[in-house]
Amino acid sequence: MNGQLNWFKGGLLLGAVFLIAVAFVKPIGVSTQFVIADGIVWNLFSDTVVQKDPESKSGYSSSNAYLNKSGGKYAKNIANPINYSFIFVLAMVVGAFLSSRLGGPQPTTLDRNAPEIWRQRFGENPTLRYVTVFFAGVLVLFGARLAGGCTSGHMMSGMMQTSLSGYLFAIGAFAIGVPAAIFVYKRH
Amino acid sequence: MTIFLAILLGVFFGFALQRVGATNPQNIINMMRLKDLHLMKAIFFGIGFSSILLFILMAVGVIDAGHLSVKSSYVGVIVGGAILGLGFAVAGYCPGTGLTAIADGRKDAFFFVGGGLVGALIYTLLYGSIQGTWLFTKIAGGKVMLATGSDKFQALLPMIPGTLLALIIGVVFIVTAWKLPEKV
Repeated sequence: MNGQLNWFKGGLLLGAVFLIAVAFVKPIGVSTQFVIADGIVWNLFSDTVVQKDPESKSGYSSSNAYLNKSGGKYAKNIANPINYSFIFVLAMVVGAFLSSRLGGPQPTTLDRNAPEIWRQRFGENPTLRYVTVFFAGVLVLFGARLAGGCTSGHMMSGMMQTSLSGYLFAIGAFAIGVPAAIFVYKRH
Repeated sequence: MTIFLAILLGVFFGFALQRVGATNPQNIINMMRLKDLHLMKAIFFGIGFSSILLFILMAVGVIDAGHLSVKSSYVGVIVGGAILGLGFAVAGYCPGTGLTAIADGRKDAFFFVGGGLVGALIYTLLYGSIQGTWLFTKIAGGKVMLATGSDKFQALLPMIPGTLLALIIGVVFIVTAWKLPEKV
């Protein structure tokens, strides 16, 4: 597609981002911030979900076991949304927008409803695509949280650090993802 | 300062994802059904060369090994990866690319992110009842990396010098990236 980098330049750019992030701050990760976003909304409606707690390592605790995990570090980030990891993920959208405006690849109007391969297989009606993608999104983030990371955190950052978990994650994702994609979209 | 870095690095990452074509679900789906390996080649190459530079720069002391953050290995990493893989293959989005695809004006990406917020919430509510089960049984001791390089994490293959091992793995990744066919 027009404006898209070839694998060599694209790989250089991606690798550079992951390297620079670990050099200056820490490895890149994304999926945790979906939990933080949920927690920020939940916290608006609940007085108990995130509380200051001098006993806790982070200074915050939660009535929810997951948000209270690791000394309440998720609870802390929910109470303070202006933190590195959350702002990083919001800034990603801005970066993608800039790339798209500055000569990056452009989807067509129809591509914006559903990718071409989907339309060839399931037709032009976008509703089926939206519903399917919604449930796929449920699976992706549920799976990512169970795994403790996603494509960015486990696969890219993890394998860059030679972390065993990155390899385990990639094996799980491709062992199911490849047959699933071939089953749904066929090879031809 | 950290917020400034968050904005700078986040913008850079989002820019890279869009420019390499990762925000286009067509590319992800075609990678998963093994038709177009352009993205896979970019990912292999990116991991390979960043890993080599990371271990060299740590060995010479430019990058602080304290910045490494190795995630724990447990059964749920494989199971969760598989659940993610199913949604990833059907949607053509992962958490990072689904979010940044919104900037492409892709309407299906909004539904993906909405579903993602629901999925993350379900996990948050369920965690209390699944913690401590077999899903969290550690593999090879938990927070392990293949190469030595950090005092914080255990090495799986301590008999091989970490920088050398990372270099070998990195070269294998780069050669794989180079040799994989673009279109199948």
